[in-house]
Amino acid sequence: SREGGFGLGRAALPEEVAAWDWDVRPDGTGLPVGEGDVWTGEELFVDYCSACHGDFGEAVGRWPVLAGGQGTLTHEDPTKTIGSYWPYLSTVVDYVYRAMPYGQAESLTPDETYAIVAYLLNLNNVVDDDFVLSNETFHDVEMPNAGGFFMDDRDETEVAAWTREPCMTDCTDGAVEITMRATVLDVTPDEEGDDTA
Amino acid sequence: MSDKKSFSPSRRTFLTASAAAGGALASGQLVHAQAATPDPLITEAQPWRQYLGAGVDAAPYGMPSPYESEVVRRTVPWLTADLVSSINFTPLHELDGIITPNGICFERHHGGAAEIDPADHRLMINGLVDTPMVFTMEDIMRFPRENHVYFLECAANTGMEWAGAQLNGCQFTHGMIHNVEYTGVPLRLLLEEAGVQTNGRWLLAEGADAAGMTRSIPMEKALDDCLVAFKMNGEALRVEQGYPLRLVVPGWEGNMWIKWLRRLEVGDEPWHHREETSKYTDLLEDGDARRFTWVMDAKSVITNPSPQAPILHGPGPTVLTGIAWSGRGTIPRVDVTLDGGRNWHQARMSGPSLDKSMHRFYYEFDWDGSPLLLQSRAIDSTGYVQPTKEQLREFRGENSIYHNNGIQTWFVNENGEAENVEVG
Repeated sequence: SREGGFGLGRAALPEEVAAWDWDVRPDGTGLPVGEGDVWTGEELFVDYCSACHGDFGEAVGRWPVLAGGQGTLTHEDPTKTIGSYWPYLSTVVDYVYRAMPYGQAESLTPDETYAIVAYLLNLNNVVDDDFVLSNETFHDVEMPNAGGFFMDDRDETEVAAWTREPCMTDCTDGAVEITMRATVLDVTPDEEGDDTA
Repeated sequence: MSDKKSFSPSRRTFLTASAAAGGALASGQLVHAQAATPDPLITEAQPWRQYLGAGVDAAPYGMPSPYESEVVRRTVPWLTADLVSSINFTPLHELDGIITPNGICFERHHGGAAEIDPADHRLMINGLVDTPMVFTMEDIMRFPRENHVYFLECAANTGMEWAGAQLNGCQFTHGMIHNVEYTGVPLRLLLEEAGVQTNGRWLLAEGADAAGMTRSIPMEKALDDCLVAFKMNGEALRVEQGYPLRLVVPGWEGNMWIKWLRRLEVGDEPWHHREETSKYTDLLEDGDARRFTWVMDAKSVITNPSPQAPILHGPGPTVLTGIAWSGRGTIPRVDVTLDGGRNWHQARMSGPSLDKSMHRFYYEFDWDGSPLLLQSRAIDSTGYVQPTKEQLREFRGENSIYHNNGIQTWFVNENGEAENVEVG
């Protein structure tokens, strides 16, 4: 341990760091070495991913939609996908490699990961179907919504507006009316044993 | 449930009694209710008075009374695709004070609750440090410890209510929160042991679960008040809360409190991982999204009366209570209204007022039996006043998903039944 510390713990060995440290950043730091093409990715996707995400990333049931939705972010019901919303390709590589398939994490090779991600990019019209994604071509891909995010600005835009002495009496013009009721929707789970009698 | 039925006769008694009390109040004198006949629960010997109860070892780890069987976490099945990457809710309407019992602290997993033998658990620190390090749980238990009470609120708490009143009960609208006392090692001490290099401005925290949960945390916060915790409310973390080790990130969105914490990597830039790009970013009306919305703003909710906790006793003395919290400090003041925000009354705070912790408030009033529109409004130690939902929507639209700290309204009808509503 570090001089002046508590002398607790031990130095991590390079093999140990390599076994756990495989996260990827937007600048490509941490990318595994490998490559995969769209067509290979489609086959892998059908085998490993489509049961939840659908053959074309359209999703089954409430599982996440992975493709489409471009241009819907201002809609009443936006579809947020890799193509319509995600700012960085690194996140796709990192997350698929780290945590997918759901229930079988850490089972994909770097080549399989690149192929699946290439297919996802193709489904989202980000790359052509002859594209080969690798740790080298990674830098050629630009995500459609890369510019869609900005740093939390609540302190500037909201907090000042809401940091002032609030009204205590006669704060509304007359009586207050109900505009919406949860019981109309009736989507709350029933409580077992609830006795309304 | 049989326990509920056993309350029914007394509920009728209360209603009769309170009618009498209400009349007395109107005339300005206090007259207590009279029973028509002697109460057999008093005049007849009861079994618990006659026969012996359970011995001391009947329950080496005790559970609540069976009459409290409704005080449980509940889920809303339609919210998520399965119950493994999902959420359940703390029964806030059944609780009082500020400490959430461990067994009913809400759960949020992305790959299920990992079950790890503490002897097999390792914490690695790597990246921009002088010495990449590995700690066992035994190592961690030898560092100096601190105790702090903090709320943990899911960023999505109340998220289903952005577009309007949807779920009927504060457990479902506000129950992605718990408040416990953590025991742990200041994260700063562990980072100092590895020696953070001068360009180490960010920290990646990673879980050992199947989701491999990761979040980027600015080094300033990591060195300030974060804890690596192994106990909650005095005992080891529950499995579903990250046993044996979790990150505590006071005042900040629950997603960052990485459970089953196995690795901390120091870097010079944030990682922009899935949980801080696809998720936990807040889409605004113009199609752009806020990222890194870490702090949870001042918020409150009335827990009683509420849809799951109606007024059963009829008119007369009524206890209104609720909770308030802020990721920016303490809550010195909560206001409540009975008429939908037209007139407000300062509530009475009771119990500890701790930084970035839940606070308990009360407002006692004589209910005259007429309908009520109940709201609470938290004001935190920075002067921030909890906004209305309408104020939030003016700035953000309806598709932010996360960080809905708008004022909640309950409509209470003449029968004392409460409903989640919006008012205008």
